[in-house]
Amino acid sequence: MTEDSTTTVAPAPVEVQKGWAGQSVKRREDKRLLQGEGVFVDDIKRHGMGYLHFVRSPYAHAHITRIDVSAAEAVDGVYGTLTGEEVAALTDPFFQISSAPGANIKDYSLALGKVRFVGEPVVAVVAETRELARDASELVEVDYEPLAAVVDARHAQDADAPVLHDDAEGNLMWTGLYSWGDLDAAFAEADRVIEIPELHFHRFNSTPLECDGALVEFNRGVEQWTIHTNNQFPGFAAIMMGPAMKVGLDKLRFVTQDIGGGFGNKITSHPQLVVCCLLARKLNRPIQWTEWRTDFHLSMSHGNERWFRDTKVAVKDDGTLLGFRTKALDDAGAWLRYEPLGGVIWAQVTPGMYRWRHIELDFTQVATNKAPVSPNRGYSRMQHLWFTERVIDIVAKELDLDPVEVRKKNYIRAEDMPYETPNGCVYDSGDYARMLDLALELIDYDAMAGRKAAAKEQGKLLGVGIGSTLDSGTNNFGQSRLINPELQFSGNNEVATVKLDIFGEIVVTLGTTPQGQGHETTAAQVVADILNCALEDVHVRAGHDSYWNSHAGFSGTYASQFAVTGLSAVKGATEMLRDEIFKLAGAVFGGVPAEALELADGGIRIKENPDAFLPFMACGAIINANNAGLPEDLDVTLNCRYVYRPPFEVPDVETKFGNLTLTYAAQLHVAVVEIDPETGYYEIVDYAAVDDCGKRINPQIVEGQVMGATAQAIGAVIHETYEYDEDGNLLTPNFYDYHVPHALDMPPLATGAIESPSPFTPLGTKGMGEGGGAGIHAVCAAIQDATGVVVTDSHNPYRRVWEMLR
Amino acid sequence: MDVSVTVNGTTYARDVEPRKLLIHFLRDDLDLTGSHIGCDTGNCGACSVIVDGVLVKSCMLLAVQADGASIETVEGISENGELTPLQQSFNEHHALQCGYCTPGMLMSATALLRDNASPSDAEIKKALQGNICRCTGYWNIFEAVKAVAK
Ligand code: FES
Ligand code: FES
Repeated sequence: MTEDSTTTVAPAPVEVQKGWAGQSVKRREDKRLLQGEGVFVDDIKRHGMGYLHFVRSPYAHAHITRIDVSAAEAVDGVYGTLTGEEVAALTDPFFQISSAPGANIKDYSLALGKVRFVGEPVVAVVAETRELARDASELVEVDYEPLAAVVDARHAQDADAPVLHDDAEGNLMWTGLYSWGDLDAAFAEADRVIEIPELHFHRFNSTPLECDGALVEFNRGVEQWTIHTNNQFPGFAAIMMGPAMKVGLDKLRFVTQDIGGGFGNKITSHPQLVVCCLLARKLNRPIQWTEWRTDFHLSMSHGNERWFRDTKVAVKDDGTLLGFRTKALDDAGAWLRYEPLGGVIWAQVTPGMYRWRHIELDFTQVATNKAPVSPNRGYSRMQHLWFTERVIDIVAKELDLDPVEVRKKNYIRAEDMPYETPNGCVYDSGDYARMLDLALELIDYDAMAGRKAAAKEQGKLLGVGIGSTLDSGTNNFGQSRLINPELQFSGNNEVATVKLDIFGEIVVTLGTTPQGQGHETTAAQVVADILNCALEDVHVRAGHDSYWNSHAGFSGTYASQFAVTGLSAVKGATEMLRDEIFKLAGAVFGGVPAEALELADGGIRIKENPDAFLPFMACGAIINANNAGLPEDLDVTLNCRYVYRPPFEVPDVETKFGNLTLTYAAQLHVAVVEIDPETGYYEIVDYAAVDDCGKRINPQIVEGQVMGATAQAIGAVIHETYEYDEDGNLLTPNFYDYHVPHALDMPPLATGAIESPSPFTPLGTKGMGEGGGAGIHAVCAAIQDATGVVVTDSHNPYRRVWEMLR
Repeated sequence: MDVSVTVNGTTYARDVEPRKLLIHFLRDDLDLTGSHIGCDTGNCGACSVIVDGVLVKSCMLLAVQADGASIETVEGISENGELTPLQQSFNEHHALQCGYCTPGMLMSATALLRDNASPSDAEIKKALQGNICRCTGYWNIFEAVKAVAK
C-alpha cells in the first residue's frame, strides 16, 4: 500500500438514485461486531455441555484393525465417545450426487474400517472441557495397517494405483464429455493450432478466519435437534443429514447468527454435524464442537485442484479464436462431499468472456488420498476461467500479438448481450472491452513501455497481466442432472418474510446465512424504499433459523446470489406487505381505493388529504390486536412470505445445453509485477480491479467484496497452497506454513466499477463476490509478460519464478 | 491453580487448569467471547488483548501466566456503549465484513495509537501485520486506522 492506497472510480452511475438502494449506507451489523458482541458459534454455551474433539488419522491410507476407547472413557470428566462402527449402525451412508462409479462409494461421518487421508476423523471424544477432550483423545488406541497412497491425480488411474474405494472399483469418480459446436470444422478453418501440453491449477482454499463449529442440543421429548452452526448452506446440510440420520427435516433445526467468513468452505460440514447430533443424543447433553486451525487445514473443503492436458486451440493468424479441445482432470480428494458438481459448475462460463463457438472439454474427476474438496470462492469456474485466460496469453505469445488486442478482438461485445454461449448459458449484460479500458487506465497502461525500460535499467523485470472473472450467480440446480440424470433438482429459490408487528415494527427475516456480506443492511435498504420509510424503522433479524418459516430448499449464502435471490425475495415480500397495508387503510378510511393512497413518514395517508394518516403502528395494532369490526372479506395478515423463484428450464441432459445461472457479473483485473531476476522475488507494484455486477444496492459493500477477493487471489498465486508429500502428509497444516497475506503484503489498489443492470432480475442486480480468480490470472500473466516464459501453474511462489528464469 | 485477573476493570478469581490458554480462559471461563481464535500458532491475532499495557496474543499465554495482571479486551474499549472514534472509523470505512478479526484488529490499532498518536503509513501496516483478515484485504482497515491517527 502506498500513501494513497485506494482510489475508487465509478465512472458511470447509470441513473441518479432515489431512495436507499444505490447508496453506501453504513452497515448495521458493525456495531455489535465492533464491540465484541457478535454471536459466533463458539460463543454459545449451554449448561452441562461437552466439548468434542476428533481423533484423526495419521495415515493417508490405512486399514483400521482395532479401536479401543476404554482408556479415554475411563478418564474423569470424559463423557463418552463415538466410533465409525456406531455411526454405521445408527445412520445410512450419505446420499451421493454422482452417477456411477462415484455413486457407489459409502460415505459415513466417521471412518469405517479404513482411513483415506491424513486428518480424517476416526473417533469423537467428548469431555467436560476443551483441554480434557483433547488430552483424552490421545488415549484412544487405534491400530492401523498402512496402505500405499495415491497423491498425484495424474497417477490415480494407473493400473497399479492403490484404490481408495473398493465399491467404486477404481479411483475414477465421474467423467463426462462436453462438446459443443463443430470442432472438426473449427480446426479445419484454423490457420494455426496452438498446443498446450499441461496447465495446472493448484489446491488451496480461502481459510475463513473462524473454523467450522457447532453447538448441538437434542430435545429428547420431541426427538428434535437444534444445530447452532456456522454451516453456510443449511438447505444442503439438511438434505444430506436427514436421510442419513433417517429423520424428517422437521427434526433438524439449523440456527446461525454471525459467521466468521465462509467463502464456500463452510458448506460441507454435514459429517461433523451428524457426529454432534449422534453424541448429543447418546450422551444426553449439548455438544460443542469447534475445529482447531490444523483440523480445518487437514480436513475441510480444499479447493479443486485441476489439470488441463493436451489442449489444442484453433486460431486464425489475426488472433481470432475459433475453439479449443482440452482434457480436464480434477482431484476430488478422498470423498465426494459436494462433488462431482465441480464437473458441471465450470460450464456456467464455458467460453469465458470470448466469442469462440467450438469447445470440447473432457472432464474426469478422480479420488486421491487427500482432504475432500468442496466449494471455494469462485468454485470450479475459477479453474476454468484461469484456463481460458491462460490460453489467451499463450496464443498471443505464440502469434506474437498484443494480449490486449487479442482480448478485444474476441470479447463478447456489449451489443451481443444478452449472449447465448455455445452451451446455452445466457450472459445477461456487460461490456468487457470497456472494463478492460478502464482497468488499463487505472494502472496508466500507456506508461508501461517506459516503466519496463526503467525497470530493466535497474536490473528488474516489469510485466503487466490481465485476468477476468465471470461471476456467474444464481445457480440453476438443474445442472446437477448433467452429472447424474437421476437427480430431481432444478431451478433455485430463496425466501424472505416481512411483517408489521403489533407496535408497527417492520420485521424482516431472511433465509440466508451471511458471513460478512451485509445482508441486514442491504435488505433494509430495499424494504425502506418500498415502504417509503426510514431505514432505522426496518428491523432485519440477524442470522438464520430454519424454524422461522424463512427457509427454502436452497436457502443459504453461497454461489453469488443474494443480490438476486435474497433481495428479490425481500422485494416480493415487502410488496405483498405494501399491498396489504393499502387494502387495510382503504378499509379503515371507509372504502378509499388504493390509487388514492400513498405511503409516507412511516404510515399511509390519503393523497388529497394528508391529515387522514394511519401510522404503521396503527396498522399493526389493528390487525394484530384490535380487529373487531373489520370487513369480513379483508384478507390481510400483515405477515407476508415470498419465495423468489428465478426463471429457469431444466437443461438438456443429452446435449448438455441450457442456461445454468441467471446472472453473469464480471471482474477485470490488471496486475503489474516487478521481478528481481536474481532471486525470483517479485512485488505487485500496481493493481486495478474493475467490477460490473449490474445495479449495486450498496456500492461500498460491493467494493469490499472486490477487495477481499483480490486479496485472496494475491495470497493464492504467491503463497497459499495445500501441498502434500508423496506419503500424503499435508505440508501446510497451519497458518505458520500456510502463509496468508497480511497488511504489508498488499499492493496499491485502484478499484473501478461500471453498472450493466441485469435485464433478468427484479432489481437489475447480479450476484457477486467471487471475483478472485481474475487476480490469480492477472499475476500469472504479468509474470509471463515480465519473464517471457510461459506460466503453466496458478501458484507462483518466488522459488518457481526463480526456476522459470534459470 | 488459583488465578486472579482484572479484565476491563472487573476482578475475577478462578481455579484454572494449568494448561489452559489465556484466550480460552477469557472465552470459556469468563464468558468474554469478544476475543476470538483463528489459529493454533500465534499467527492470526484474532485473540489480541492488552495485558498490563502490552499487546499480546492471548493464545500464546497460559491463563496462569496472567495471574495478577490487568487485561483489556474489545469489550472494554467502548465508552458507555458508544463506539469510540476508532470503532466508528471502522464502520465508516467498511473495515470489517464478517467481523471475526475485528476485535483483534481494534486491540492492535488501539495499542499502536496509544504508543504513537501519529503513526506513518508504514507504521500502521506494521502494527497490523500480526493480524490476519480473510475478508477485507486490509485496505479499508488501513484507511480506518489512518483516519483516526493524528
Ligand atoms: S488465535 Fe491467537 S494468534 Fe491466532
Ligand atoms: S472481517 Fe472477516 S476476517 Fe476480517
